[in-house]
Amino acid sequence: MDNVAIARATMGTSLAFHIVFAVLGVGMPVLMSVAEGLGLWRRDPLWTQLARRWAKAFGILFAVGAVSGTVLSFELGLLWPRFMAFSGAIFGLPFSAEGFAFFLEAIFLGLYLYGWDRLSPLNHWLTSIPIAVSGAASSLFVVMANAWMNTPSGFQLGANGELIRVDPVAAAFNPSTPTEDPHMLVSAYVVTGFLVAAVYAAGLLRGRDDPLHRRALTLGMAMAGLAIILAGITGDASARFIYQAQPAKFAAMEGVYQTQRGAPLSLGGIPVDSQHRVLYAIQIPKGLSWLAAFDTNAQVRGLDSFPAADRPKPAIVHLSFDAMAGSGLGLGLLAALFWLLVIRTRRLPRSRLLLWALIAGGPAAVVAMEAGWFVTEFGRQPWIVYGIMRTSQAATTAPALGATFAVFLVIYAGLAVTTARLLLLLATRARESASGDARGARRDRPVPG
Amino acid sequence: MTAAEAIAAILWLALSAYTVLAGADFGGGLWDLLAAGPRASEQREAIAEAMGPVWEANHVWLIFMIVGLFTAFPSAFAILGVALYLPFTLAMTGIVLRGAAFAFRAHGQEAAGSLAPWGAVFGSASVIAPFFLGTAAAAVASGSIRVPGGRLEPAFTAGWTTPFAVVVGLFAVAMCGYLAATYLTVETEDRPELQADFRRRAMAAAVVAGGLGLLALLVAWVQAPRLLESLTGRGLPFFVLALLNGPLALWAVWRARPRIARVAVIAQVLFVLWAWAVGQWPYLVPPDITLAAAAAPAATLDALLVVTGVGMALLLPSLWLLFRVFKARNPAASA
Ligand code: HDD
Ligand code: HEM
Ligand code: HEM
Repeated sequence: MDNVAIARATMGTSLAFHIVFAVLGVGMPVLMSVAEGLGLWRRDPLWTQLARRWAKAFGILFAVGAVSGTVLSFELGLLWPRFMAFSGAIFGLPFSAEGFAFFLEAIFLGLYLYGWDRLSPLNHWLTSIPIAVSGAASSLFVVMANAWMNTPSGFQLGANGELIRVDPVAAAFNPSTPTEDPHMLVSAYVVTGFLVAAVYAAGLLRGRDDPLHRRALTLGMAMAGLAIILAGITGDASARFIYQAQPAKFAAMEGVYQTQRGAPLSLGGIPVDSQHRVLYAIQIPKGLSWLAAFDTNAQVRGLDSFPAADRPKPAIVHLSFDAMAGSGLGLGLLAALFWLLVIRTRRLPRSRLLLWALIAGGPAAVVAMEAGWFVTEFGRQPWIVYGIMRTSQAATTAPALGATFAVFLVIYAGLAVTTARLLLLLATRARESASGDARGARRDRPVPG
Repeated sequence: MTAAEAIAAILWLALSAYTVLAGADFGGGLWDLLAAGPRASEQREAIAEAMGPVWEANHVWLIFMIVGLFTAFPSAFAILGVALYLPFTLAMTGIVLRGAAFAFRAHGQEAAGSLAPWGAVFGSASVIAPFFLGTAAAAVASGSIRVPGGRLEPAFTAGWTTPFAVVVGLFAVAMCGYLAATYLTVETEDRPELQADFRRRAMAAAVVAGGLGLLALLVAWVQAPRLLESLTGRGLPFFVLALLNGPLALWAVWRARPRIARVAVIAQVLFVLWAWAVGQWPYLVPPDITLAAAAAPAATLDALLVVTGVGMALLLPSLWLLFRVFKARNPAASA
């Protein structure tokens, strides 16, 4: 592989890894804050216990998110020096704002995690609010930077390609920001909500039908249910925007090869470049034109109308898009069913089938989110800055890229395995101490060095 | 002062904060690795207790520097990213493993029992990170990264693999250990035996750091004459202060004056950093890239100053709160 390919693989892996922890960093503080707030308000220690339990797990998740994010900020310079030399001055501003958001999140998290005994209950709860706010803010800021790569604005190019009239505020609020930012933010809540629900659905399925599990599941599904509706609305807005702003990405997303009016919507299927069509897809006549512009006769530009060197790969982009939208639809139905049953029967559903579906919902939400990023990133190719700079021009010339990629794969694998192991052990341990029997006490080991 | 100079000064302040705060966290890892004697596990606990609430906030100074650098001086950021690819990658690996290992131990310990392998990772990664950051700093300070006519000379080992860089890397590790041990003598004021342990460690680190610092000057005299010139030129006041303050700090540690020692060792780090910074002013990457040449357009710099102003107005009170809650007095809970 050449440097460009390795750099892309390294960057993509790092981002795909980081984003899982990052979305939990956005969503979990909200859940912790709500649970602890309910505990204060209702004077109900069980809610507080739930918040404490989540805080323990979050301490680990946040740290892995922070270190993997650090890797990303180095990698921008280490892998893409030419991109950064060009873009830093334009899209650096939201990154700098994000830096402060991280600061506040880390500071208040320190207070939150270690302050249970040092702050009054009310003050302790108050520290959760800046965590939730700065978590959301950091996602909004960083996605502004990504949105700028999709629709670069806020600068002009001089005669020799030099930057003139740089306006970093206009760059931050570029045309993609109003659609990409909200969609990312609500996706973070979708993922967090469904993951939490999945964990506690698994508990219920194993017969741990106690108030703590029921409340946790309800809270997770409340977040997931609200957020999935918003994810659909904002995602739809994103797609419509891309139809206008990034037609090549749109064509790849939908698997459209020939420019046409009244284009059909292709669900699933495999885009085959050599045949210029999508095989095995379910087609809804005129569906795409209607979705894109509310007009069954609207024209949709096809991939074939772009120079070969400017086309993204429709196989990846189309399948990723369908994975996201399909999971989104499934998750929406699942949440609707869940809440319908809750409202009808006034108790949590205990059907094994539904619980299994909720367990599957967690990973499905992660898949939707990762797939959404694949749409954004692969759909932008071959550009790193859409229409301005090609990814192939941006990579570093440094040696030994392959070795660092390999090292990082090993590190990520180690982090993932250890994190998963620790979370499982934390859960087991919490259960044992909750059941309050001697078994928990016996397993108490002296704190090792 | 131009906007570019103001931002450079802010970034140097951030570097100072990172060195003084996160440097001590790296040093904590060093002493975790070297914990020995009858109180080895108490030493480790004291370190974990001191770092726990603050290390993630301390770490963000680095992020702030990185984003500030690429926003305000994008071309210099790109050049450093290529020229120092290897030491930065190695330092980054250390930073990642250090943070993750610490968190795994701190939050997972009671669940998983002994996480001994991660303990070793925590210690060794804490040494790797400052060492390679030190070598990278040496490469910049010694003027080894050459960019004639705006094009980087492709020499990926230039500057950071020299004897000078190695000495500076070791000096950085020793300074981290010195900072950490000195802070820990304050944090363990209510546990005299433990405090004595850390005092001995602070003394040892001070002697090693002092020796390495002088050795670095000697090597620079041969290998990096330009650096010595800048230290004894524009940087002279800070350079002299560093030379005078060194013995004072050592004296305070030796005579068991933890609080004076803490101030003195912080001052020592700042004097060294600022002797370097002021010495090479107005260069960002001497001898080819000045601050002015690498600076982003004015609109970006102004916007960055505004964001930094607003951000600091939120950040500084929060930081004050964090340190007041956890560091103001001896942690009562430590009994
Ligand atoms: C749980 C997650 C989740 C769910 C259920 C959905 N999405 Fe999504 N989507 C994301 C998570 C996501 C994401 C990972 O967060 C992305 C990547 C970039 C971004 O801002 O959001 C994204 C990007 C993204 C893009 C590309 C934006 C760009 O490149 O600028 C489009 C067009 C859509 N989405 C459309 C949809 C539609 C029509 C959905 C309807 C069901 C949908 N998404 C559900
Ligand atoms: C706001 C955040 C993000 C920024 C600023 C960003 C930036 C970048 C950059 C600079 C590249 C390399 C150049 C390129 O291939 O065009 C890249 C590639 C990539 N990113 Fe993102 N990214 C972001 C979020 C994500 C997330 C969350 C994912 C998660 C899956 C992701 C997945 C990828 C992948 C898979 C690639 C490789 C693309 C390819 O090789 O075609 N990105 N991103
Ligand atoms: C959509 C994409 C992203 C989102 C939503 C996001 C969000 C977050 C959040 C919430 C955190 C806090 C840590 C945690 O809770 O785990 C975090 C950490 C971090 N992220 Fe990301 N991030 C994204 C992409 C990126 C990219 C592209 C970069 C850099 C180029 C980056 C750099 C960082 C850094 C440096 C940290 C560590 C901050 C610290 O030390 O506390 N992130 N991110």
